[in-house]
Amino acid sequence: MSEDKSPITTPGKRELTNKPRFSDKVFRGVATAGGLSSLVILGLILIFLGYQGFQVLRSEGFGFITGSNWQVIQDNAGNTDLSASSFGIAAMLVGTLLCAALAVSIAVPISVLCALYLTFYAPQFLKKIMVAIIDLMAAFPSILFGMWGFFVLMPHVEYWAKLIHKYFSWIPLFKMEISVFTRSPFVAGVVLAIMIIPIITSVSREIFSQTPLDRVQAAYALGATRWSMIRAVVIPYGKSGVVGGAMLGLGRAMGETVAVYTVLNLVYQINWHVLIGAGGNVASMILLKFGEAGPTETRALMAAGLVLFLLTLLVNSIANTIVSRTGGKGR
Amino acid sequence: MNNSNQDGNDDMETKATPSSLSDVANANKARKQPGSGALGVGLEARSIHAWFGDKLVIRDISLDFWSGTVTALIGPSGCGKSTFIRTLNRMHEFIPGAAMAGEVLLNGQDIYEQGTDVTKIRLKVGMVFQKPNPFPSMTIADNVLAGLKLAQLKTQNKDDLLEECLERAGLWNEVKDRLSAYGGSLSGGQQQRLCIARSLAVRPEVLLMDEPCSALDPGSTLKIEETIQHLSSTMTIIIVTHNMQQAARVSDYTGFFLSDGGPGELVEVGPTSEIFSRPKDIRTENYVTGRFG
Amino acid sequence: MSNLTLKPTKPWKRTPKQQLLIAVNLLVAAAISFVIVLVTPMKGKLAYLLLFFISTIIVNFAENYFKSGIAAAKDSIATSFATAGLIIVIVPIFSILFTIFERGRAGLNFGLFLHDMKSNGPNDPLGQGGLLHALVGSGIMVGIALLISLPIGILTAIYLTEIKGIFSRPIKFLVQAMSGVPSIVAGLFILSAVVFPITKSSSGLMGGLALSILMIPTIARTSEEVLLLIPNDLREAGIALGGTQWRTISLIVVPAAKSGLITATILGLARVAGETAPLILVSGGGDAVNPNPFHSPMGSLPFYIWKGFTFGTPESIARSWAGIFVLLSIIFLLFIAARTLSGSGEKK
Repeated sequence: MSEDKSPITTPGKRELTNKPRFSDKVFRGVATAGGLSSLVILGLILIFLGYQGFQVLRSEGFGFITGSNWQVIQDNAGNTDLSASSFGIAAMLVGTLLCAALAVSIAVPISVLCALYLTFYAPQFLKKIMVAIIDLMAAFPSILFGMWGFFVLMPHVEYWAKLIHKYFSWIPLFKMEISVFTRSPFVAGVVLAIMIIPIITSVSREIFSQTPLDRVQAAYALGATRWSMIRAVVIPYGKSGVVGGAMLGLGRAMGETVAVYTVLNLVYQINWHVLIGAGGNVASMILLKFGEAGPTETRALMAAGLVLFLLTLLVNSIANTIVSRTGGKGR
Repeated sequence: MNNSNQDGNDDMETKATPSSLSDVANANKARKQPGSGALGVGLEARSIHAWFGDKLVIRDISLDFWSGTVTALIGPSGCGKSTFIRTLNRMHEFIPGAAMAGEVLLNGQDIYEQGTDVTKIRLKVGMVFQKPNPFPSMTIADNVLAGLKLAQLKTQNKDDLLEECLERAGLWNEVKDRLSAYGGSLSGGQQQRLCIARSLAVRPEVLLMDEPCSALDPGSTLKIEETIQHLSSTMTIIIVTHNMQQAARVSDYTGFFLSDGGPGELVEVGPTSEIFSRPKDIRTENYVTGRFG
Repeated sequence: MSNLTLKPTKPWKRTPKQQLLIAVNLLVAAAISFVIVLVTPMKGKLAYLLLFFISTIIVNFAENYFKSGIAAAKDSIATSFATAGLIIVIVPIFSILFTIFERGRAGLNFGLFLHDMKSNGPNDPLGQGGLLHALVGSGIMVGIALLISLPIGILTAIYLTEIKGIFSRPIKFLVQAMSGVPSIVAGLFILSAVVFPITKSSSGLMGGLALSILMIPTIARTSEEVLLLIPNDLREAGIALGGTQWRTISLIVVPAAKSGLITATILGLARVAGETAPLILVSGGGDAVNPNPFHSPMGSLPFYIWKGFTFGTPESIARSWAGIFVLLSIIFLLFIAARTLSGSGEKK
């Protein structure tokens, strides 16, 4: 093949790939097509939601994300007047982030402690049972959390909220102008926290149990107590995995619809005070408005869905990158 | 059974090149006077049995370890040497299903007695593992001083302790300029000496070494052996090794373990030179002469 | 050497005396918290629990500090916190299970599985009507989702573990990203891509499509883990015998992973069986049994529960709880099936 006349000739590489047979070619093609389906589906979600929401997004521009007004104005013929109507989801976005952040900050310490207990403290039989129960809890439908939260948990959480208000109202986050404690972002945050505890616990437990045994033993051999071993060995090894697990929980909490819908009083204004019974959440807003929405408003809801999709996609991608980078690496 | 038959004085040093294992051991023994620099007391294992689940893995092992001596435990793999030394600082109990019987006396006190604080035992009986395992999230200096932090011990002068431990482990000259580098940046042999230095920082009376050189190249092995000989005057060292030459080079006493399919047992123990030159048991002789194992 | 063989002991286990000491510590802590609640203005269950936790920590800390020093004392604090973490996780789980049992009991009767709601309103007495339509609908929609997701999920897993093509890394990443898609977005997508432009009406098929978007990543990820556990020797043996890759995978690798793949499928079913939001959007919810997924709205268990809850009368809410009881029993059975299968797979 080569016409090279140089004095030193290294032999050309021989072809080692054996040609796949026809059946293999077909098989590879089918499997590749199956594999690419996730790409296709994600792409289609992006395209269709974008296509449906395009009109509204174009007319609102950045105001869709920064504005907090959701007003459908109809002209005389009963058609929606797009230029007069305004669609902005800032209040809902803020509410989504607030509830999700609250949920994560409640769930992470509890989950990490629970994961530590299961990995390093629990007797074998208890560990097995609890791991199974927590896995089952992760599969509880969200409507169950919603109804349980509404009927059982909410009265307790309101009481906690009143206590927090009584002693910590000097913190801006816990200020109250109107004393309505029912169906507040705080309640939603607690319910979401309980929903994401199984996720964060099982990711953390998985990471903790991968802590290299030789390091654990080295710490014990140096006279470490269980806690000083955990601090010196397990936490440095597992902390980024825990961060990844927390981000996965955050993504789940941000996209949650039904559970939040049942325990949160959706009010269309930006509210940073978590104890006041007025909050927002993009996903449950979509569910709430969808029933009565006309064609244009539905398009606006599609646009809101697109924003939510992109947001959760971003959070989940970061989370998965962190988790997969932690697994099996030295530190 | 016990290696109590110490000879006071031995033959003078011979510079002749050792031609056999027993010669090496003889030469080695000559350099050393067992019991010198002794604290007078040491570690005694009394009738140790160990189980994993229902399986008895070592049976009835009694051994005394004297201060200022190096004892090597040799034998084919699977004969329970490692299990045995892990009972000596209570690392055995980390394996699920583990059980044991017998006593381990440290300075006359049973370390398995009810109410004993196990962390205090492990401070007095340090351990170096087969694979070097420095903490990768800590610097070299932090690694050496990790034991102090882990056991919440106070020390007056950390820098002196750091230098002393690294010096004793034979690593000071190599790392003194990069104490704030991470432990993982060292070579395998250096990492193992770092682990030795780490064990020394809590001032143990006994140092257990579980095949410390099996993952290292010959050059690093030599350095570790030098370190062991250096350390042996001030503490009790127990080393498990597959390598008979190593046992002959570094140890004062040697115990030979063997398992005939069942639990591992101690076949013979004695001064290293005797084990390698005139073993009493035929199985020991077969092993040290390389007929099996 | 003595011939006496000793009994195996575990001296590191807690002795009865030590266990008694732990109990005494807890009692002392309980007494302290009781006294504090009695003499200070702090009142209520919450005060008891918090004070009990704090005094347990203090009592254990003191005991360990005087016995073995500061390191052991700090260790005891960590132990208390870790145990508290476990308890805080357990309490809601048991509260949820207890609530379902307690509130679901009233609405449970055998007629639930025989009748639908076409001639009954949600406000009717509990003995009337049933959730047959919801069960049938859920079964059909989850079945459709399974038909779509199973081949795609397993092919994805095969692509990731067996073909290992150039797209492996991005696809792995995308599958993970897909498992985080909010369920309402799946519903909106089917609305925007199929319902609005093509069918213009909600039906069971649409529900199945929306569920499959949520099911594919679960099946793909679990199957991938299962296939990765199949030892490479098996593949090499197949190739070495002259088999094509297709034959090796279909005749050796997949059968070897069979129980694991079934587990993956069951977990996928459990994941979507309770999805509510997308079904509200795309499948509508009839009150009569509708076996035709291509025509007219179709009821489902989550929708049945949702409808009862939003209707808001005591009877309708009791119906919801009974529905949740049935739904969770199904999920629970699926879970047990998955565990049993993967357990028996591991032993082989």
